[in-house]
Amino acid sequence: MLIPHPILGLRDAQEFTYLGDAALIDRPDGLANPEAFHDYLYLRDNPAGIHRELWFHEQGDRSWIVVTRNTVTHEILGAVLAQDVARARGRSR
Amino acid sequence: MNARVSGTFAGQGELFGFVKGDTRPHDPRYSGDGVRAGQGRDATSTPERLPGGLIDRSRSLEFAFDGRSYRGHPGDTLASALLANGVRLMGRSFKYHRPRGVLTAGSEEPNALVELRSGARQEPNSRATVVELFHGLEACSQNRWPSLAFDVMGINDLLSPFLTAGFYYKTFMWPAAFWETLYEPVIRRAAGLGSLSRAEDPDCYDKGFLHADLLVIGSGPAGLMAARTAGRAGARVILMDEDFVLGGRLNAETLSVGGQMGSAWAQSVVAELSALPNVRLMTRTTVFGVFDHGIYGAVERVADHLPAPEAGKPRQILWRVYARQAILAAGAVERPIAFRNNDRPGIMLAGAVRTYANRWGVAAGRRVALFVNNDDGLRTARDLDAAGVDVAAVIDARAEGDRLPGIRHIKGAVVTDAAGRLGLRGVTFRDGRGREDRIACDCLAVSSGWNPAVALTSHQSARPVWDESIAAFVPSPNGPKGLKVAGAAAGVMSTHGALATGAARANDVLEELGLPTQKPELPEAEDAPVRLSPLWHVSGAGRAWVDLQNDVTVKDVRLAHQENFRSVEHLKRYTTLGMATDQGKTSNMLGLAVMAELTGKSIPETGTTMFRPPYTPVAMGALAGRSRGEDFKPRRLTPSHRWAAEQGAIFVEAGLWMRAQWFPRPGETTWRQSVDREVLGTRKGVGICDVTTLGKIDIQGTDAGVFLDRVYANTFSTLPVGKVRYGIMLREDGIVIDDGTTARLGEHEYIMTTTTANAVPVFRHLEFCRQCLWPDLDIQLISTTEAWAQFSVAGPNARRLLQRIVDQDISDAAFPYMACANVTVCGGLRGRLFRISFSGELAYEVAVPARYGDALVREMMAQGQDLGVMPYGTEALGVLRVEKGHIAGNELNGQTTALNLGLGKMVSKKKDAIGMVLSQREELARADGLRLVGIRPVDPKAVLEAGSHLIAAGRDPVAANDDGWLTSVVHSPHLGHQIALAYLRNGASRLGERLRAVNLLAKTEVEVEIVSPHFVDPEGERLRV
Amino acid sequence: MRFSALRVFREALTGHKGWTPTWRDPDPQPSYDIIIVGGGGHGLAAAYYLAKEFRRARIAVLERGWIGGGNVGRNTTIIRSNYLLDGNQPFYEFSMKLWEGLEQDFNYNAMVSQRGILNLFHTDAQRDAYTRRGNAMILHGADAELLDREQVRAMYPFLNFDHARFPIKGGLLQRRGGTARHDAVAWGYARGADEHGVDIIQNCAVTGFRIRNGRVLGVETTRGYIGALKVGIAVAGNSSTVMAMAGLRLPIESHVLQAFVTEGLKPVIDGVMTFGAGHFYVSQSDKGGLVFGGDIDGYNSYAQRGNLPVIEDVAEGGMALMPMIGRARLLRTWGGIMDMSMDGSPFIDRTPVEGLYFNGGWCYGGFKATPASGYCFAHLIARDEPHPTAVAYRLDRFRRGAMIDEKGQGAQPNLH
Repeated sequence: MLIPHPILGLRDAQEFTYLGDAALIDRPDGLANPEAFHDYLYLRDNPAGIHRELWFHEQGDRSWIVVTRNTVTHEILGAVLAQDVARARGRSR
Repeated sequence: MNARVSGTFAGQGELFGFVKGDTRPHDPRYSGDGVRAGQGRDATSTPERLPGGLIDRSRSLEFAFDGRSYRGHPGDTLASALLANGVRLMGRSFKYHRPRGVLTAGSEEPNALVELRSGARQEPNSRATVVELFHGLEACSQNRWPSLAFDVMGINDLLSPFLTAGFYYKTFMWPAAFWETLYEPVIRRAAGLGSLSRAEDPDCYDKGFLHADLLVIGSGPAGLMAARTAGRAGARVILMDEDFVLGGRLNAETLSVGGQMGSAWAQSVVAELSALPNVRLMTRTTVFGVFDHGIYGAVERVADHLPAPEAGKPRQILWRVYARQAILAAGAVERPIAFRNNDRPGIMLAGAVRTYANRWGVAAGRRVALFVNNDDGLRTARDLDAAGVDVAAVIDARAEGDRLPGIRHIKGAVVTDAAGRLGLRGVTFRDGRGREDRIACDCLAVSSGWNPAVALTSHQSARPVWDESIAAFVPSPNGPKGLKVAGAAAGVMSTHGALATGAARANDVLEELGLPTQKPELPEAEDAPVRLSPLWHVSGAGRAWVDLQNDVTVKDVRLAHQENFRSVEHLKRYTTLGMATDQGKTSNMLGLAVMAELTGKSIPETGTTMFRPPYTPVAMGALAGRSRGEDFKPRRLTPSHRWAAEQGAIFVEAGLWMRAQWFPRPGETTWRQSVDREVLGTRKGVGICDVTTLGKIDIQGTDAGVFLDRVYANTFSTLPVGKVRYGIMLREDGIVIDDGTTARLGEHEYIMTTTTANAVPVFRHLEFCRQCLWPDLDIQLISTTEAWAQFSVAGPNARRLLQRIVDQDISDAAFPYMACANVTVCGGLRGRLFRISFSGELAYEVAVPARYGDALVREMMAQGQDLGVMPYGTEALGVLRVEKGHIAGNELNGQTTALNLGLGKMVSKKKDAIGMVLSQREELARADGLRLVGIRPVDPKAVLEAGSHLIAAGRDPVAANDDGWLTSVVHSPHLGHQIALAYLRNGASRLGERLRAVNLLAKTEVEVEIVSPHFVDPEGERLRV
Repeated sequence: MRFSALRVFREALTGHKGWTPTWRDPDPQPSYDIIIVGGGGHGLAAAYYLAKEFRRARIAVLERGWIGGGNVGRNTTIIRSNYLLDGNQPFYEFSMKLWEGLEQDFNYNAMVSQRGILNLFHTDAQRDAYTRRGNAMILHGADAELLDREQVRAMYPFLNFDHARFPIKGGLLQRRGGTARHDAVAWGYARGADEHGVDIIQNCAVTGFRIRNGRVLGVETTRGYIGALKVGIAVAGNSSTVMAMAGLRLPIESHVLQAFVTEGLKPVIDGVMTFGAGHFYVSQSDKGGLVFGGDIDGYNSYAQRGNLPVIEDVAEGGMALMPMIGRARLLRTWGGIMDMSMDGSPFIDRTPVEGLYFNGGWCYGGFKATPASGYCFAHLIARDEPHPTAVAYRLDRFRRGAMIDEKGQGAQPNLH
């Protein structure tokens, strides 16, 4: 596979390490209840189709990126920096 | 439609003996020996060699098949050379061991499989049709014993009524014990085709990466036209073909292109392309798979046409091709017709017979009959006739249409049987009026039309679609993105069509690439329509083969239908149709058609034929490349590696790192002697150990303390500058992933250390936290593992030694326990010093830029001579840490909590840190859960084994009584006996209890006492001196 | 019809006219007592045991495509019970015992062949871990032996002993491990279930559940609505998408695992072997092909195909272990969709919807689990309580912190 790195352009997927569902960005804040952490950590939509997912450019610039990819066809629709996604979702410090 | 055609010819066939009117009854081939007598005859003198062809007749190559030597020419394949020598019997089938000859002239060959070469280079299952002849080539037939002509396992053929599809699912069940002891060993012994040498492959393989605007797959008229069109427009083009001569079917036909022989036209295009700097032509290169996003796998056979690879050259290269666009121009594969005994040696595909005649100047038989249902097959009759080969008759299933002039052309007839066990002697046919007659022939050329080579288009699950006009599957419009199809592969069967679609697809590509499209200059070429009346099999008694290699017959397909294995996938799996080394290239379609007949559905309703990568089988060696043997994975060496090697160190693999395990000295005969000495020497004097492999991460920024508080279970923001603290890091699920020390060198500057194994994952995790969870924290992370050489200097004399190295005052007062600082060493070299201890002794870790690591260790060894300095390896390190109850990889197995480790109190519940919340779940927080304990054998001489389980005295060794296990076991020279760390249920409250450490694998058990894991200096007094 | 050597003999002499369909193709009834969704190994086995052992009637298996077309027909055919943890080992050992009597039980030769499985180790730490595991196996009633390097060499002299990057130090051997003919397992269960009256309905995709007041009433399918008192889901690979139709989210991701076979070769590897320093496991089929596999591709996928890097990685492992296979040719690769769970272990459990039962999350372990999975699922559906060997396979185990994490990788499915 080829991943369109938002800064570096098309890169071989082998340069990246896969984590999974980009919902992992939405960590419950602070000392949230265990149920919220359980759902955050363990439950997944796991769609057959469009999936937003985290990849780490381990053999590259060390960016975490969010790739939008179709899990049925493997077609990639885009990629953005995870940092930007996190900020857009209200994460800060 | 199909039922109608075959139904018309339903009837019985019969076996028969010598063919009446056989003109050459004394030919050795007719005496039952498929191989001609005579050694080393010149192929040029054989009656099978015709004039013409793309072979170099000026040179002669000697080769051997089954120990007999023959001659051929450069340009021959093994198959063409064998045919030229009159050898028709080349193999045996898998199941019934039926004698077989060559069926095809290409990579789709199911029959003519040989063991090529000998010794460690032996290559089983090599298709004689694609093996390029070289001088000294050795090949042997396979799957037969004792010889190809007389094969004992041929008995299976007589037993065939019992050995139908899936018979083995219905029997061999009683008595149960006989399966492994009797039935299966017999079956396994008969399994397989060729054999491996069992020796290491002596050749090497390479891997490479190629990038192209356009990859053209196949070099027939469509591929050459596509490459020329795109090449002239300046696109970066790579053209790959599995063959060793470019031109595809143009080399196999006598058709003219642009007023010259097709093969000559091909050579002129090749010449033009060769001169273009932006075009790369690659022969002997098979594109075997289409992967995501325009990545193609290809194997170039660099040296398979040579006796052995040239020195320093690989045998094959695996190419990963990154192509913006690709054009598949792989042509088509001809298909056979099933009829009784249609597997006789000498029965071949018509296109192949033509290829042998036109390209290699070989008559596949002296008297050739044809059995066709389409016009293309008639070309074979014309070409053979023109070449002077005796064409016995054309048996044409179609009643309509013109007859070939000057050739016996029997219309509306079908072949019903073939005779000649080791080589065809004649066929029986039935004409439209139901009359049967026989024709003597030693070759039957069969054509039922052509299947577009759609395999690569279905690699990404697109199903081919049915095209009624050519009665074949053509590529799905939803094939792999960026892959276009031209020529016969797209179902466009004429030469003109191939040229035109090749140019058109190339122009499509140019448009997408934003390059100027080219006005196609199409040379004049034939544009004959496909005239074909579908015929798949001729029904009748006896066995008609569908899959030649796996011996799947029409009857087997019928049985599968009868037993409800009707979906195509069930059919394949039940009968093994299409599962042979040819992946069913010549059989899948036929099997599908027969099943369609049986179900009364149309072929596309019945299913499609799908193909999985690779297109043709790929050598494992090529896929592995250089990553084998010692080079399987890279070795990471520590800065002191060369020095340690000079000391005679024994090294051990630690992930990719090589670490010194111990340093034997003269007189030491066992590793234990060395390790005991290193341990005692360290505890008495001073020891040095390279700990560079531990992960080091610099964390800087105004929020560094906040960040560390969130990624560690314990608190770091309160750590004073100049101090070090031990930390444990949890995963979000509350399990400990890593432990280590983090030093605070400045207000906003920390240095984290990780375990060797977790250096990479921890860094990745920290970056995840920084970028995805708290993107606005002011911190920067950088891994400096490779940047610093770091040594542990441990033992009572550690300070005395280091004071001679470090330029600053490191007295206990100036540099107390858990202090850290930037220092200089050896008179000004920058370094870092940490007063931390894994060994439990007065100890430091000193770091210098990696390039000074070698010098530093030498300097420390020199300076410490009078202090009893000695290096120690990972074994001694392990002993030292177990004596102190420190955890390492065996304890940090990804399944344990801080509570299990006895470090539960380190998990601060006052702050939000990764893993804190989930670490408190009920099953993880059980008071009676596993706890880390120390283990001492009651008998000091007893030997413990890590992995032993703990069972209470008097209890049976069963799971219900399993109380835990020993994680790490060492011999403590300090205590004079073995000690261990263990996880024990409810361990915190069981100190002093006696249990049994049971190792059921070795059938041993040792009485042990549960003790504190701190075996040496439990109060930590030595640390603080 | 009873299969036997005699029967084969008789049919051979009479032109094989007497063989009947291995299973019927009935039209679906308006309702059943129990519907199993998924005609793979686990679903068919569950239906078989429900009918045969638990004496339930009016059972249907609904299959979207053709039976046995999922992972039961796409794996590397290995059977073993060499697990470490208490939650797993009794279950897999139960499965092994069922394998050992399976063919006589369902009267179909699935070629269960206990030629042994050998897990190689290459470091002291791996040896320690295998010692722990081997003991755990024996404690649970399974068999295990720890071999040293020379014992391994005696078994497989062609392995790379002399210039390996990660030298072989020994192996953990389970002699009762081995292989079975994967397709035949599905067909055997299908045939057995069919004989016990189960309706196996192919080409019947479930498109929704009818749920009222928290209770399942039946399933919507491409062949119409079918009512049921109880519905069991066994669709590993597609668990998330099917359970989503019932409004449930799962601790599962779908990943592609590739498998591989070489051309047929004369016998060279007797048993099953796993490499301990790379991703590679291998056996040789009764037809002669080396059947092998490695790691999953590592990204969420519902495509039954993978990519080149994993193919290369697996071949590298193979060559590092067995340098003799360089000239063997890879014949075919294919992919299966794995239900990769959050701790690498499966689920056989009730769901919050009454009458709806779930079986999935098998990761790599699905094929070897087939008999026990079917049996335990049948037990749960028939009796509404878990089978004693499958009590740990609860969906709520992550809430309780009772993970069954053999590899110690945590909540990251692609690392299990």
